[in-house]
Amino acid sequence: MELQTFSYDNRIVKDFAMATVVWGFVGMLVGLLVAIDLLHPAANFSLPYTTFGRIRPLHTNAVIFAFVGNAIFMGVYYSLQRLCKARMFSDMLGRIHFWGWQGIIVAAALTLTLGFTTGKEYAELEWPIDIAITLVWVVFIINMFGTIITRRERHMYVAIWFYIATVVTVAVLHIVNSFEVPFSFLKSYPLYAGVQDALVQWWYGHNAVAFFLTTPYLGLMYYFLPKAANRPVYSYRLSIVHFWSLIFLYIWAGPHHLLYTALPDWAQSLGTVFSIMLLAPSWGGMINGLLTLRGAWDKVREDAVLKFMVVAVTAYGMATFEGPMLSLKNVNAIAHYTDWIIAHVHVGALGWNGFLTFGILYWLIPRMWGTKLYSAKLANIHFWTATLGIVFYAVSMYASGITQSLLWKQFTANGTLQYPNFLETVLRIYPLFIVRAAGGTLYLAGFILMAYNLFKTVRQGAFVPEEPQQVPALMRDDPHHKENRHKWIEKRPIQFAVLALIVILIGGLIEIIPTYIVKSNIPTISSVKPYTPLEVQGRDIYIREGCNTCHSQMVRPFRSETERYGEYSKAGEYVFDHPFLWGSKRTGPDLHRIGGKYPPLWHYLHMNEPTSMSPGSLMPPYPWLLTSDLETENTGAKISALRSIGVPYPVGYEQRAGEELRMQAEQIAADLQKAGAPAEPQKEIVALIAYLQRLGTDIKVVQQP
Amino acid sequence: MSVIVVLLGFSMLLAAGFLAAFLWAVRSGQYKDKHTPSLRILFDNKRRDSHDSSSPTS
Repeated sequence: MELQTFSYDNRIVKDFAMATVVWGFVGMLVGLLVAIDLLHPAANFSLPYTTFGRIRPLHTNAVIFAFVGNAIFMGVYYSLQRLCKARMFSDMLGRIHFWGWQGIIVAAALTLTLGFTTGKEYAELEWPIDIAITLVWVVFIINMFGTIITRRERHMYVAIWFYIATVVTVAVLHIVNSFEVPFSFLKSYPLYAGVQDALVQWWYGHNAVAFFLTTPYLGLMYYFLPKAANRPVYSYRLSIVHFWSLIFLYIWAGPHHLLYTALPDWAQSLGTVFSIMLLAPSWGGMINGLLTLRGAWDKVREDAVLKFMVVAVTAYGMATFEGPMLSLKNVNAIAHYTDWIIAHVHVGALGWNGFLTFGILYWLIPRMWGTKLYSAKLANIHFWTATLGIVFYAVSMYASGITQSLLWKQFTANGTLQYPNFLETVLRIYPLFIVRAAGGTLYLAGFILMAYNLFKTVRQGAFVPEEPQQVPALMRDDPHHKENRHKWIEKRPIQFAVLALIVILIGGLIEIIPTYIVKSNIPTISSVKPYTPLEVQGRDIYIREGCNTCHSQMVRPFRSETERYGEYSKAGEYVFDHPFLWGSKRTGPDLHRIGGKYPPLWHYLHMNEPTSMSPGSLMPPYPWLLTSDLETENTGAKISALRSIGVPYPVGYEQRAGEELRMQAEQIAADLQKAGAPAEPQKEIVALIAYLQRLGTDIKVVQQP
Repeated sequence: MSVIVVLLGFSMLLAAGFLAAFLWAVRSGQYKDKHTPSLRILFDNKRRDSHDSSSPTS
């Protein structure tokens, strides 16, 4: 039998591990700043760049794609080599992958703080970065499949299957959700509008959770948990069954993010049914992870690595029980738009992703540096600090979410809202915001302890860049299976087929999608008209400042909401919304019917200093909107881009758009001046007021006789 | 709501891809042995004596 000599590459694992720690710290620090911004809007240092609306996406992107992303790559590059008994396919592709991903993270941090965002959750990055992500991801796919094809172990361990499902699905999701028409170097409009955009976005958003935060981590669990416990997984058969059932169910559950919205009812029900079914495979994974430790609980008592992993798997079980429950319409009616969802995602992110990453780091770093962990005691302190942090965080947010939802829905005996002032419901949960920030601080403190512990471990050891191996070559034919003579043809093509499929999908559907989408963007409510040029500009300011991170634009058909906000939202009202701005969280009130509710002067003063109009408001002031000039050179380009994706502006309108914009701005500025505000027509605030005053008013045109 | 057709198309294609992979895995004998793979990953071919890969980090 031929023995082949090669070595495992630990350098790439080391690079991704260091990036995980660095970006984890940054992402969690920004998270803490976000929490403090909610306590004291002044914590943004009065800068646009650190205001909640801009750094909330920065936090989510940093934690998901920088911290968890690098941790996935660290774990995959380490385990895949050992599972395949092969070095990674290409060192060069690995380097491109590493530096490409770090470059994307830096570009994301810069553009998001500067206000370049698509406004679509977890897909905020603008089109040049979207293209870069696609290219780097393809590099990763090639490197991964290259390694799998050249493996020296015939059987593909279940973790590899989880990795494959991850890379293939993430590629498809990212591409489908990122179809957009650029109108400048860093800005674009999404191809889809309104309800369509919402559906694509949450098909993406839900599956990003499924295939970026769940499947790769299950793969890591199936490798690192048995390794750390030094015992085989409880049931390998269960791992196979739950893998296949999980990936077949996950892609259909996305509509549960849009319950009670303007999405058709049958699509909502379909999403709910699949979400409930997901409970079974999810818990299959949790049970398999926990039972792997049967008979090893004495080790769990001592070993911080196993402690972290046990809590991670438990958190996964809790989050995946809660997910299907939140998909029930009656539960969702209470939980949607509240802090309950914030609690839910943080049990997953802090518990499942965070703790599994910490466990892997504590296990991996000493091994790669040929030493013991510097301090087991510090690791245990980290464990308890972080666990306490999660408890503070989750319990406070559950309490906050349920409390606020009940306040929103409370009627008096006379049938009027008991808390008609939205602000009152916010101030009730303010103490819980403090507890949340305290929980986050504890979690971050634990993280810093880990960074120090790992740094000292690295200092006392010597890095092992290459691990030499001698492994028998994989025979082409397995003598045990007669039919396998022709299987070698099949083996590679199937893997390539998945890749080829993606390529064909991209090519073919790029041509089909636009015709489909553009045709369907015709208005179904005749009074709904495209935005004026000034309103388009105002809407883009709304997106730039991330107003949609705190304000929804979707009045659900509940009496408590129609009483508070007005007529419930119709699908036909959003046909010109590129992107849709329904939002997912109401830290402030819904804005879909804000148009005409207050005079322009109210908005002018409110944007300058929210507490002047709503004493005690937690909304940050936006004084820069009153002083900055609106950028109008791109008005024509915006109109052309919107027309190309189906907004029915007449041909040649982009020539007149600048003039119409000026006229409308002068009108609004004149109104403001009459009311006593020192408003100038060329300022950004005028465009924003134009947009806010238009919001949700189109259907009222019909109602008025 | 024609975008549903697009999403269904993509989802079906993904599912079809997974199904093909599943059939390949079953037919090529990937799942003939449902026990030893879980044991095999515990053994690394490491021949460095400085520490034993099987002992958990203290």
